[in-house]
Amino acid sequence: MAELQRTPLHDLHVALGARMVPFAGWEMPVQYPMGVLAEHLHTRAHAGLFDVSHMGQVILRGPDVARALETLVPADVQGLAEGRQRYGLFTNAAGGVLDDLMIANKGDHLYLVVNAACAAQDIAHLRQLEAQGVTVEPVTDRGLLALQGPEAEAVLARLLPGVAAMRFMDVAEFDWQGARLWISRSGYTGEDGFEISVPLGQVEALARALLDQPEVAPIGLGARDSLRLEAGMPLYGHDMDAETTPGAAGLGWSIPKLRRAGGARAGGFPGAETVLAELAAGPARVRQGLRPEGRAPIREGVAIFDAAEGGAQIGTVCSGGFGPSVGAPIAMAILPAALAPGDTVWAELRGKRLPATITPLPFHQPGYKR
Amino acid sequence: MLKFTEDHEWLKPEGDEITVGITAHASEQLGDVVFIELPEVGREVEAGEEIVVIESVKAASDIVAPLAGVITAVNESLPDDPGAVNQDAMGTWFFRIKPADADLSGFMDEAAYQALIG
Repeated sequence: MAELQRTPLHDLHVALGARMVPFAGWEMPVQYPMGVLAEHLHTRAHAGLFDVSHMGQVILRGPDVARALETLVPADVQGLAEGRQRYGLFTNAAGGVLDDLMIANKGDHLYLVVNAACAAQDIAHLRQLEAQGVTVEPVTDRGLLALQGPEAEAVLARLLPGVAAMRFMDVAEFDWQGARLWISRSGYTGEDGFEISVPLGQVEALARALLDQPEVAPIGLGARDSLRLEAGMPLYGHDMDAETTPGAAGLGWSIPKLRRAGGARAGGFPGAETVLAELAAGPARVRQGLRPEGRAPIREGVAIFDAAEGGAQIGTVCSGGFGPSVGAPIAMAILPAALAPGDTVWAELRGKRLPATITPLPFHQPGYKR
Repeated sequence: MLKFTEDHEWLKPEGDEITVGITAHASEQLGDVVFIELPEVGREVEAGEEIVVIESVKAASDIVAPLAGVITAVNESLPDDPGAVNQDAMGTWFFRIKPADADLSGFMDEAAYQALIG
């Protein structure tokens, strides 16, 4: 393993018995001794602490920064209220997705969180905005924690009473033991929870303070993946990439009417013509949920056919595995949009065609505090 | 006398048959097992042939036949309770095989296996 970066919690992960693996150039905990299944179920029932310090944090400043970011992201950034966060996509000229990101309006600046694997590319991409008077500041002196689960609010409010008043997708700052925390009420598990940006020097102290709470267990990337899969959330590089349009990725919802054809601020982002034409016509293919028959997981790369024998391949599983809370295997694939919930397709697994039922996303209903 | 393979299987001779499972080390490496597909009883297998599919929350793997022979029995409760492997790997058998050649001297004993996994 050459030159993997380590998060500020590396020593804590090792002390907690984590199995460390390379992920997006970082050495990350994939699981702790509790195991992926129990970590997943713990997060759904109580609260899980995730180290997501590998993710990219970026600050954008400038007199017209929201308008500028809209030239790269087909979201309503100008309409994002101070203290609120929203989901968006970087698109490319072909209408594909370069990355997905969270955008927060912090009043005098925008705060972005991007995927670890895409962070360097995203920052280079954002530097185009310098010509529009925007400054791009990668945040390198902070780690990022996620506290997720139905008991996350009770836990975090014990340390910071103010967080209880936050609603889903609110962002706010708090002081904790001399550290300025940037907190959003959001996550990647389908549970209520918080994402907490912490100065590097205090990440471990905060993590330990949270782990000291009886509801909290450390959770690795393995359970993070099964939690987000059950929540129907796409993972960049798997469920969408530079060759996948927002429509096909099932992310058209992130592009509001005012950025679509006929809207007040229609287009004006890379690939707008392709992206908007597809959304106007209705995508021919879209990411759908699948429940295979039986217990065998169908994983990324498994071919999906339209018949039990012969027929044509109509897609490929982009994310799949066992859903611990569902209690059965679940998967997502980009498939013809004409397929409706209840329809049967066939997954080719070890030379056999296994029936799978189209299932609405998410597989697990979210517990957000709206 | 238990024997072990480099593929992290344990072999337990019983009469002229051998009962096969996976080691605790293997089950820890796999993580939580969620799916097991066993071979058919009566199947003739070659040494090294992939005859069991075992999937954990993380990945799909195979268990190979440790030696050539005929499958004489499988643990039919396993597909409904794959997590048993994580709870007690050494006490959870997968299949019995009647080997063509019952010589197990080429396999590791427990001390050698422990040395292998460190």
